[in-house]
Amino acid sequence: MSDWLLVAVAFSYLGILFLLAAWGDRRAEQGRSVINSPSIYTLSIAVYCTAWTFYGSVGRAAEAGPSFLLIYLGPTLAMLLGWVMLRKMVRIARAQKITSIADFISARYGKSGLLAALVTLIAILAIMPYIALQLKAVTVSHAILTDYPELPSKLGEEVFWQDKSFWVALVLGIFTLLFGTRHLDASERHEGLVVAIAFESIIKLLAFLILGLFVVFWLYDGPTELFQTAAQKSEQITRLGLEAVPGGASGWVGTLLLASLAFITLPRQFQVLVVENVDERHLKRASWLFPLYLVAINLFVIPVALAGLLLGDAGQEPDSFVLTLPLAAGLELLPLIVFIGGLAAATGMVIVETIALSTMVSNHLVMPLLLRWKWLHLDPDRNLSSWLLGIRRIAILVILFLGYLYHALLGESYSLVTIGLVSFAAAAQFAPSLLLGLYWRQASAKGATLGLIGGFLIWAYTLLLPGFAQSGWLPLSLIEEGPWGLAALKPYALLGLEGLDIYTHALFWSLLVNLGLLIAVSLFTRQKHLEQTQAALFTEALRPEVMQTHLWLGQTSREELHQLLTRYLGQEATHKLFQRFQTEVTAEANRSEEDQLAPPELVAAAEQALTGALGSTSARVLINSVVRGEALDLEAVLSILDTTSQTLEYNKRLEQKSAELARIGEELRSANERLRELDRLKDEFVAMISHELRTPLTSIRAFAEILRDSRDLETDKREHFLGVIVKESERLSRLIEEILDLARLESGRLRLNPEPVDFRQLAGDSVDAITQLFQEAEIKLQVQLPTQQAWVIADPDRLQQVVINLLDNARKFAKGKPAQVTLTLEAWKNNWRLAVEDNGPGIAEEEREKVFEKFHQIQQEAASNSRQRPGGSGLGLPISRGLIAHLGGRLWVEDPKKLKGARLVIELPRAPEQEAKADAPPAAPSEKTG
Amino acid sequence: MAKVLVVDDEPNIVLSLEFLMQQAGFSVLTAEDGETALQKVEQENPDLLLLDISLPGISGFEVLEKLRNQDAYRQLPIIMLTAHGREVEKEKGMALGADDYVTKPFSTQQLVNQVKNLLDPASKP
Repeated sequence: MSDWLLVAVAFSYLGILFLLAAWGDRRAEQGRSVINSPSIYTLSIAVYCTAWTFYGSVGRAAEAGPSFLLIYLGPTLAMLLGWVMLRKMVRIARAQKITSIADFISARYGKSGLLAALVTLIAILAIMPYIALQLKAVTVSHAILTDYPELPSKLGEEVFWQDKSFWVALVLGIFTLLFGTRHLDASERHEGLVVAIAFESIIKLLAFLILGLFVVFWLYDGPTELFQTAAQKSEQITRLGLEAVPGGASGWVGTLLLASLAFITLPRQFQVLVVENVDERHLKRASWLFPLYLVAINLFVIPVALAGLLLGDAGQEPDSFVLTLPLAAGLELLPLIVFIGGLAAATGMVIVETIALSTMVSNHLVMPLLLRWKWLHLDPDRNLSSWLLGIRRIAILVILFLGYLYHALLGESYSLVTIGLVSFAAAAQFAPSLLLGLYWRQASAKGATLGLIGGFLIWAYTLLLPGFAQSGWLPLSLIEEGPWGLAALKPYALLGLEGLDIYTHALFWSLLVNLGLLIAVSLFTRQKHLEQTQAALFTEALRPEVMQTHLWLGQTSREELHQLLTRYLGQEATHKLFQRFQTEVTAEANRSEEDQLAPPELVAAAEQALTGALGSTSARVLINSVVRGEALDLEAVLSILDTTSQTLEYNKRLEQKSAELARIGEELRSANERLRELDRLKDEFVAMISHELRTPLTSIRAFAEILRDSRDLETDKREHFLGVIVKESERLSRLIEEILDLARLESGRLRLNPEPVDFRQLAGDSVDAITQLFQEAEIKLQVQLPTQQAWVIADPDRLQQVVINLLDNARKFAKGKPAQVTLTLEAWKNNWRLAVEDNGPGIAEEEREKVFEKFHQIQQEAASNSRQRPGGSGLGLPISRGLIAHLGGRLWVEDPKKLKGARLVIELPRAPEQEAKADAPPAAPSEKTG
Repeated sequence: MAKVLVVDDEPNIVLSLEFLMQQAGFSVLTAEDGETALQKVEQENPDLLLLDISLPGISGFEVLEKLRNQDAYRQLPIIMLTAHGREVEKEKGMALGADDYVTKPFSTQQLVNQVKNLLDPASKP
């Protein structure tokens, strides 16, 4: 078959692929996604089936019987049993904008940069041979087609530009670059890519099915004949028996486990399963549709392997049976179809794997290093988004070149299956930290890091080193006798563990060490703050409320955030992001742009956007550089998690609300009751005032009318009546004054003019003012004043009003022969106390506070049978108490001391001495009490 | 000469009523509280009562009630005096059997007429 035809066919195929990808991307931009279908999702997962499947399954079947099936039973189990776990991963990846498996693991363990870099490095080392394998498959298949029936020429003999695999790598690199890095945001899904990959999955399946049908129904007369023919050649049949499986039963288990783990942890599988998933519901269909795909693509593996063995084409590798069988039959088109199928399988893997790896390399190796270089920070105008794309493109080319190097240097020494399984075993090292981290909150970054390192070292020792030895780079004695002849360290039989195939052996030891370190170290280390938060978010991811939490409590301005995002994401993406949060801006529109605080949702969204572009570690570093304050702490996260579901939380809130409503209702009721009571009191007060006002008014009117109507009144009667009118008028005025005082006191608008007052002087003046009344009533008034001045701070007029009121009350109540009243002023601690006592009936214990209520005496009238009616408004004492309280003192009733009547006491704080007096005691510092 | 008993705890109001009643040609008795009023009714047998409601001790209503409960005083003309202007009290007084109800401050002329009316319905002006 001519070289140019093959090249033309290959390029045409790649061209179609590219057009498909472009179409998918355009549809996605128009918002009419073509990949929002579980079937396309399933087909994209089928990127699992690489050239290794396409060529290697037949090879493995021919050499090791049905053990090849384990490679597909593993993913089948993972899909059927593990889709719930995958859904959790999808949900987390969506919420945290995860870009790769390295990002995922790093994010789980507190966005650890070290862990991300470690995963990336292991992934590169693990995948390099796998990529080499694809290159080898394409190159070998090309060589077989061009050279048949000659054996393909040995590789690595030409200079590299004559080496086909170099050009294959280059073309694939350019192709990957073209639609893998069109967007910066790696978590913005590569829809075109997924379309192309799904298409490739169809092509490789169709190609293999056509080949299988050809073998079974063209070369043989149906499966019966094929198996009968094979049965006659018993030596081939035994090679296909179960006993051919390496390592026996443990080998089965080992390979099954290996395949099911790798199905999830291989970077490209993580990419299509988790990162490129557009709808987690697709997982459900894929959980049974994908195993069906695997059944279909493996349906003809054994017949083809049998036929290949029966053909007995000496020298041809079993890996090449799929090509040599139709070629041997002299066909032209079918080998070409098979070649395209193989190309589809290889390119699909290479493209997705390279994109996944390049994202990891740029996000977790290159960017963290660049971010540490200060000079990048010094130039805020530099648009780093184009940088990122450049880095990623270079990474793609470098990865493919490394794959090519591996292929050129080591490619000859392994069969396809061997290379594949070695890669699987390395990728499986991600499983403990990835999967345990989903369910065990305590798993810590230190544990994960040490586990990964330990597992990786064991892997390298048990699989990589022996491989080097077999390639002749290291002495073979390393395998046979162990290093320095130590049998316990034999790479294929560590600590004397024999009887397992090398993969199961390596997997056993590496996972044991990996898992052991992860658990042990996690148990004995404390998680850091952010680590705890992330661990909680990951393990509780299926709770709907978790991912809605905004995790930033710190503050930053919109402006700062805007600048940061523009640098890394470019103008347009930043603008879009900020527009989403436009509504919040209006609330703060009156503030200048620079001062506007970025709401926590915006900060969280910014971090997510940066995570999409740079990975979680770098994004966290950048956000931290502008945000002042803390991320939401663990307490807060846990408190969110502790409510078992959103519904519960909602119910709780409802309950709280209704309890609150009930409480408010109760408050309203009691307030209403209180208002009614106040209203009643007010009515009563008004009624009493009206009563009190009407009483003097009645006398005034009556006498005025009498004077008007009786002109011939005797002069002395006339004088008497006029005197009554004047007195009652005075009483009326006084009453009105009191009512106003009371109103002012109660509303707090009473204006006092406090000044230093000599209480002794004031008491004497008050006695002088009222002494006339006492003399008229023949009441004995005894006054006891201190020898020194008694300074207080008070409004003198008001204080005198109170003292006179007390004396007047005492005068009214004083009884007996002789009626007596005493006034005493004396020092008491830091106060002055003025007491007025009478020898009247006194005030009962329970009445002592009530006398200060408004109109108390009137209320009392109806209740008691007391015939005492001292006259007066009933407002004097309430007003007096209010005034004294305003002056910082107290007024109360206490037990009588000298006269067995009522005793009222005014207490006012001492003020400093105003003028020095020789006989005055040292002044006590004034101290207002209230 | 008809006898009028004036019951009020305000001395000046008693003074004015006493003068008015004397001027109108009645003889006047006074009391400052309910108990005294009841005693005076029994002792002096007045022809009419001017009875204040707010009194120390037993109130004017109680005095009214006690009198109306005795056959001898069921027809005794009683005019209630009050400084409370509320309608309910007037109703209460009328329900208890008061003949009239006067709110303070009152018109002296009118009060005198009311008293005259009750004592001698025929001499209506």
